This record gives sequence, structure tokens and C-alpha cells, in this order.
Amino acid sequence: MSEHHIKLPEGSIEKTTTTLNLGPTHPATHGVMQNILELDGERIVSTEQTIGYIHRAFEKLAERRPLAQITTLTDRLNYCSSPLNNMGWHMTCEKLLGVKTPKRVDYLRVIIMELARIADHLICNSIVGVDAGAYTGFLYVMQYRELIYEIYEEVCGARLTTNIGRIGGFERNFNDIAFQKLEKFLKEYPAVLKEFENLFQRNRIFMERTMGTGAISAERALNYGFTGPNLRAAGVDYDLRAHSPYSSYEDFQFNIPVGTTGDNYDRWLVRNQEMWQSLSIIEQAYQKVQEFKGAEAEVYHADVPEYYLPPKADVYTKMEALIWHFKIIMGETEIPAGEVYHSIEAANGELGFYLISDGGRSPYRLHFRRPCFVYYQAFEELIKGSMLSDAIMTMSSLNLIAGELDA
Amino acid sequence: MALTNEHIKQRLIEKFGEQISGFEEPYGMLTFEAPKEINLKVLNFLYDDAELKFRFLTDITGVHYPDKTGNELAVVYHLHNLEDNVRIRFKVFTGVSTPDVYTATGLFSAANWMERETYDFFGINFVGHPNLKRILNVDEMDYFPLRKEFPLEDQTRIDKDDEMFGRG
Repeated sequence: MSEHHIKLPEGSIEKTTTTLNLGPTHPATHGVMQNILELDGERIVSTEQTIGYIHRAFEKLAERRPLAQITTLTDRLNYCSSPLNNMGWHMTCEKLLGVKTPKRVDYLRVIIMELARIADHLICNSIVGVDAGAYTGFLYVMQYRELIYEIYEEVCGARLTTNIGRIGGFERNFNDIAFQKLEKFLKEYPAVLKEFENLFQRNRIFMERTMGTGAISAERALNYGFTGPNLRAAGVDYDLRAHSPYSSYEDFQFNIPVGTTGDNYDRWLVRNQEMWQSLSIIEQAYQKVQEFKGAEAEVYHADVPEYYLPPKADVYTKMEALIWHFKIIMGETEIPAGEVYHSIEAANGELGFYLISDGGRSPYRLHFRRPCFVYYQAFEELIKGSMLSDAIMTMSSLNLIAGELDA
Repeated sequence: MALTNEHIKQRLIEKFGEQISGFEEPYGMLTFEAPKEINLKVLNFLYDDAELKFRFLTDITGVHYPDKTGNELAVVYHLHNLEDNVRIRFKVFTGVSTPDVYTATGLFSAANWMERETYDFFGINFVGHPNLKRILNVDEMDYFPLRKEFPLEDQTRIDKDDEMFGRG
């Protein structure tokens, strides 16, 4: 051995596999996450996922904030469907405080939650298409996600990190423009979704790319703690909206689509069918909302003076309202001691809030059960032995949202 | 017959007797605790029993109670029986000086990352875990941030030269 010999790491000459760093920032990961893949040719031998790149310590931050200020933290979990997280958080607080919301509030919430679900599923399904090389669908449906965002904007003034609703209801009633936009959405969206479906559902290239890749059995999915569309694609009809209804979901008729194989194609189909179901739920809810007449049609929040800001005019003229306003803004209301777990069916599955209060102004401990975080650990099992290009599609069809992953 | 909280409680007492304690039902969810040495026995019993069937692990997390000397750290399991749609909460307590708790990864694959997260934030050492290392925080971190002895920054402090962030 000559003295100019380059010193290579031990075992690197005998090594027959390639190590590939996919991420942290890579156009195909749709979020900040890293995969260290061990490749044999194009086949994946093993992978190691690294997450936490956008960890923001929400659980710690929440220990100092009064309840109302935690809503803005939940916005940033699954930022493709912030209203769902917001509503889940409000309902957790209402459960802790024992607040009963009026029916009209429940129905308005259902409208917003299902719109958010459609927006989230649209992103996921169209991104699966983008990863397969079909960009058209993605651009086409963005128009309608835009319309959904405009409806949010009419209701709460924001589009992405919505901070929508308050403990007990909404910050303001839906205005006429919001309802007009909703009507426009209900009228135009079915044709768009049909067209989008036609682009993919029986498209031979798409089917061959997705069928049989990234599959998981129902048994393994349950053991891995899968929830939401990913679990239903494996054939388990677990949906919290039907299983343990909240926000008056028991008043609605809807089906729970399930798949059989739990592969990428089934996940796509389940999400697609869920969008149709959501559409039908929104139609039913809108009909129910229209049935309220007179004073009932003006109800948009429950009566919880300790947590719901009074009208500004009252703050200037009434002592009570002024006191409540001050206490809410300064976060000086003491929350009751207790321990509560509440979960909702978010776009990705069971989003749970575990809140422990010791009677102070902010939670003693708050934990988010994020569906993404729980099921992403199955990724290695899903892609082992498959091609690299299939792994990319598996990642997007799981609908990984880095904000939810890292909290 | 639907599975009631009372029935679950009876079954647990029959099996483990005095060892299971602290039965509560906050907001309708049966909550109980057991010594940390038998956490796997309890989880296995809840999983295997033909009636109880708590086979879905919803969540594992930790809580720090600095005032409970000798039992400072809690590990909280949320379990779900999907068939009867019943949820329960199961807690084990451990001292902060020897925070060793047996891992549930043998029973639930889902426990892997949940336990890594709990280790990352509370420093609970899950004995037998296949890959117990930090998950959200950087590997170089030498403390467990969700413990109560690490307060958030005092928002009124003025000693900090932090011009870039508008506090200078």
C-alpha cells in the first residue's frame, strides 16, 4: 500500500448499496423532513426518518398561555386544514368548561370543518397526481381551494392560519357574502370534482403507479395507530364523526368510504369519496342553517361571558362587559381544574387534545395527539423493498404535513 | 352487553387487586394507575382479555409533577376499545432519579415514536425500547425541556441584548 493511498471509511469498498439523503428540503417531500435511504439499485433496503426540523415547542408554549391564545398554536399543526384544528381545540375547552353550544353554531361549525376537510383532501390527492407527473389536476382544483379560503376569509378574516371561531361559537355571524360564496361552491364544485376524478380514477398510468404500492394490512395499520383516511383505506370503518359524534354530526346522513388493500390507490379513492361525502354534509348543514328563522337565525355563539368577548359597544357602556373584556384579554380567568381528552376527526385522522388543568390561568399540561406523527413511523414498513419513485408517492399519499408532524 | 367503566374496574380489581388504584372518571373516561413494575402486565391484560379488548393505542405522553416526591413523572397511556368504543386512561408514576419504565413497543408498534417523544421531553427511560433517542429535539440537547424546572423565558426581562428581535 503506497503512502498516497486515500483513506476510505471502513467497509466502503465492499459496500453494495447506495446511501441517499432525501430531504430535509426536497421538492418531493412537501415539507421539511429527512429520509436517509439505503438503496440497492432503485430498490429501498431500509430508511431512517428524521423529523423535528420545524419543532416549535407548542406544548411548552401552551403552558403559559390562556385558552384563547392557544388557538393560534393549533392553526400551525396541520396548516392545510387549520379550521379543523381550531374547532377541535374549542370543543376541548368547551368540554372542560361544560359549555353547551347552540345547534346553529354546531351546524355552522360542520360547514367550516367539512370545507376544511375538502381543502385538505384536495391538496393531498392532487399532490399525489403531481408526484406521478400529472400537474394539471393540481392547478385545476386550486381554484376551488381558493374559493374555500375566501369563505374562511369572510368568516374570520384570515386564509391559512385562520384562528377561526371562539370558545362557545364564532367571533361573528356568517355574512351574506359568505353564504353566497358557499352557494357558489356547492353549485360549481361537484362538476370540478367529477372532472378531477375523471383525470385520475380510471387513468391507466395512474392506476399502475399507485396500485399495490405502499400497502398496509388492517391489522398492521391498527397496531401502528393509523386513523383517518389511511386507516379506512386498509378496510377499517373507524370514523370519529360516526363513532363518537361531536358538534351534532349525529344529525347528518353520510357514508364512510372504506378501501380494501390500504395501498396508495385506495388511499386516493377513500379521500376522493370522502370529498363527495363532505359535500353532501355541507349541503345538509346549509339546509339546516337556513331553517333557523327570526332571532334564532342570529345565534352564532353560546352564552359564556367568562370566555367569549362581549360586543365592543357594551365594553364602553357596561361595567360587566368591561370587566369580562379585560379579564379575557389579559387572560386572567381561572380555568376549572380537571383532566380532559377530546378528539375530532381531522383530515388526517384522530386529532386529540389531552389537557390537564390545575386551576390556573393556563393548562398545566397540554398534549396534542397528532395523527401524522403516529402513522409516519410506519413509513419504513410501507416502502421497504419498493422503488424509490413509489416511496415518493407513498409519502404524499399518506398526507404528511410537517407542521403536524413536529408540533 | 356494552362495556361499562364499572365492569372494567371490576375486572381489573379481580386480576390485580390492590395494585391498581386511583380510580377516577374525569369527563367520563375511566382513569387509574398502577405501579410501574407491572405496566406491561396491565397493558397485556387489557389487550388480551376477550371482553376488554383494548387493542388500539391512542396516545402515550408524560407529565411532570415536581411536588410529588418519589413519583415526579407520570406516563399516561390512552387506550381505546374500537369495538365497544370505550376509552380508558392508564397512568404509571416514576421517580425522576430513576425514570425507568418498561416499553410498550412489543405490544404496539405505535408506541415506538410516542415513547421516543416522551423520552425526548421528559427523559423517561423506556427499558427495552429498540431505538430510544431524541426525535423532535437535537441530539446534542442535554436536558428534558417539558420538565417544570425549565420555565419559559420571562417576557418582561430587560437584560438581554436582542436588537435583532426588536427588544434592543
